[in-house]
Amino acid sequence: MATSTQIVEKETYLNTDFSIKSWLLTTDHKRIALLYLISITLFFFVGGLFALLIRLELLTPAGDLVQSDTYNKLFSMHGIVMIFLFLIPSIPAVFGNFFVPMMIGARDLAFPRINLLSWYLLMIGGSLIMYSIVTGGVDTGWTFYTPFSTEYANTQVVAAGLGIFVAGFSSILTGLNFIVTIHRMRAPGMSWGRMPLFLWSMYATSVVQILGTPVLAIAVALVFLERVFRIGIFNPQLGGDPLLFQHLFWFYSHPAVYIMILPSMGVVSEVIPCFARKRVFGYAAVALSSIAIAVFGFLVWAHHMFVAGISAYSALVFSLLSYAVALPSAIKVFNWTATIYKGSIHLRTPMLYALGFIGLFTMGGMTGLFLSSLGIDVHVHDTYFVIAHFHYIMVGGAVMGFMAALHFWWPKITGKIYPEVWGKIAASTIFLGFNLTFLPQFILGYLGMPRRYHVYPADFQVLNVMSTAGASILGVGYLLPLVYLFWSLRYGRDAGNNPWNAAGLEWTTASPPPTHNFDETPVVTWEAYNYHQLPAMPEEETIGASGI
Amino acid sequence: MWLKIPLWPSEASTISRNVDALFVFLLSVTGGVTLLVFAVIVFFLFKYRHTKHPVAEQIEGSVPLEILWSVIPLGIFMIFFGWGASIYFAEARPPKDALDVFVVAKQWMWKFEYQTGQREINVLHVPVDRPVRLTMISQDVVHSFFAPEMRVKADVLPGRYTTTWFQAVKPGHYHLFCAQYCGTQHANMVGEIVVMEPAEYQAWLQGGNAEGSIASTGQKLFQELGCISCHRFDTQGRGPNLQGVFGRPVLLDDGRTVVADEDYVRESILQPGAKVVAGFKPIMPTFQGVLSEDQLLALVAYVKSLSVPQQAEPVTSRPPVPPAAGGTPIAQ
Repeated sequence: MATSTQIVEKETYLNTDFSIKSWLLTTDHKRIALLYLISITLFFFVGGLFALLIRLELLTPAGDLVQSDTYNKLFSMHGIVMIFLFLIPSIPAVFGNFFVPMMIGARDLAFPRINLLSWYLLMIGGSLIMYSIVTGGVDTGWTFYTPFSTEYANTQVVAAGLGIFVAGFSSILTGLNFIVTIHRMRAPGMSWGRMPLFLWSMYATSVVQILGTPVLAIAVALVFLERVFRIGIFNPQLGGDPLLFQHLFWFYSHPAVYIMILPSMGVVSEVIPCFARKRVFGYAAVALSSIAIAVFGFLVWAHHMFVAGISAYSALVFSLLSYAVALPSAIKVFNWTATIYKGSIHLRTPMLYALGFIGLFTMGGMTGLFLSSLGIDVHVHDTYFVIAHFHYIMVGGAVMGFMAALHFWWPKITGKIYPEVWGKIAASTIFLGFNLTFLPQFILGYLGMPRRYHVYPADFQVLNVMSTAGASILGVGYLLPLVYLFWSLRYGRDAGNNPWNAAGLEWTTASPPPTHNFDETPVVTWEAYNYHQLPAMPEEETIGASGI
Repeated sequence: MWLKIPLWPSEASTISRNVDALFVFLLSVTGGVTLLVFAVIVFFLFKYRHTKHPVAEQIEGSVPLEILWSVIPLGIFMIFFGWGASIYFAEARPPKDALDVFVVAKQWMWKFEYQTGQREINVLHVPVDRPVRLTMISQDVVHSFFAPEMRVKADVLPGRYTTTWFQAVKPGHYHLFCAQYCGTQHANMVGEIVVMEPAEYQAWLQGGNAEGSIASTGQKLFQELGCISCHRFDTQGRGPNLQGVFGRPVLLDDGRTVVADEDYVRESILQPGAKVVAGFKPIMPTFQGVLSEDQLLALVAYVKSLSVPQQAEPVTSRPPVPPAAGGTPIAQ
């Protein structure tokens, strides 16, 4: 298919074997990363379609587009698909997979076959969830609160739960693989203190994945036992306790927020130094704050339950700890800001996304401070204020980080340069569309509009119309990269080894890299982000043209 | 409508002003800091753009700065925390003189029961300037009582009573939502809170359809179900005498002590063997599946009325239910 005029093509991980089998049975971390990229992109647009339908329904106060049952399934499946099949795997499974070995100078992850197994587990879990969707859907919300999910819901709870259970093991095994790889396979000279910050955040993420996900598996398994065998665990009519489920669920699902956001923080810590041509400010503070987030993240779960009927004193403790977990995030934002100070700034697409991340994540974090405050949480809990808050973190934060990573490393992954102008147009569209979608929702929430409402009082309409308009812009923003990135595969300029003149071992090898990553095991004698030793960033028009 | 974008919910309870004051404080502080950070970033982006500033200055970091921007936010966070906690604790402690209303939630409606026997669906009438305490339970899944103009919200659980309270300050009609997703008609599990002037409220109570107070309904049940044959009002019964028990600590046969609150009474009816009073045999049959949540609430109210001191302030113009056993229920 390739109509490239190049005569001598270097062997890369992409052209070494074109058979389907060589892809489906590959143990090359880079190929597995691409399998993940294709799968999660698909899941992202499935989840996005549900979001679009939700926003269209909410254009008017009446329930005129879909029935209430359908609406309930839409928001449930939007949450399940986006969280378990897109956000959780997103950066770790794609960019972590591709770049953890490359950044430490290794040839692959520690367990290449387990890595392939992880992808298959996600596919099996994803298929089960897709099966549950096409055979009627789930209407429990992604939170599966009991006893609704175990006793009252008549939908595909078991299939979806099983899908989440299986997909969870994909996440656990990926985390395990990264931890072992980072401990055991660093190139000579690559000490912990010289590791790029992306690796610190991948390490912290992996810890959360390994310790948190089994608890989700337990919670889902117990829902299964109660629903199928009527063993009383959560349903009070069978002698169970409904709050027990909420504790188990949030024990995973709050740290899961950090599985989604820590990797993006890692990406931002790579992108900002590169486009400011500067070592990151406060390396140790940024690295350790990732670890602090992973640790404190496990101690705040009951802040989802301030109005659920827990004791007022335990609420007090969880409120205090929630402020403790906010601090490392604030430290990161301050350090990134200081990194820009006296830099030499290039506003390219990855940098726009990274700055967009800082802006939106800061707003998400600041509104998190409102929710940690007990007196305010009582009012805004389970309203659109919460919806807006976590979308600022998960879409404004996690997805912006994903887009930054996608554009930053696209030349390395594919060997091609994406069109810069279109990149900037898309980044700006996404930023504007996002804010128009979710800013009005903060106001809606404080006014009292509850979440998961199919119909709503007429006085909430104007803000909902604004939100839906924003969502349409956001949708276009997400479709643009799909088009121009595909376009660049064929028509993009060749990237060369290091189009950004970026620091990091991944940029010292060919683009796309050879299967074995490095011809010789690199020996690291420099600190991370040694931009003072690197040439300036090439101008936009000349980027990639030199083809080193 | 298109010209009028609502930005602020009305303040209809004593607590709503406190919540709003805290919200405005947080909004000012976080908004100010956010704008400051954004302004600094935009300024740096402009000032240090590569065309004007081609070579970056390498800066390692600064420990004093790290400490500064950790300690200052932490201090501010502690204000957010303390202020929020003080409101939460006020919300957790209903005043003693509160008007009691029972709430039974089910898919997909709210049922309100007044101590004087009136019942309503999806509408809650309350007098202005009087604290109202809600004791709530669900018949099926988890619901959540949410009155945005009052700034109160509390989940309503199956199998366990939860409470919340508010004191309305302005007569009017206010939203009532179910905030916890509960199935098909979740978005239609909405109602109205009608806040009335005290005189109006009295008139409304008189015009109600009450068939006797909740406690008297409970008393009838207590007799019909034969509870009275063991729970006699002397020391000769096979079960404990329930007079004066409510709200007091009870010694159990395993040596533990529990306070006889609503949940304890309810549990003792449904699972009599769970917490047996010291000196009694676990011989009581369960009433699981026999009684509805409304009937359980009536029995709880009756047991509670057996401990009401005589000088208790009457809930309405009518006298309170006398604690005497075997008396005729006060019918309206």
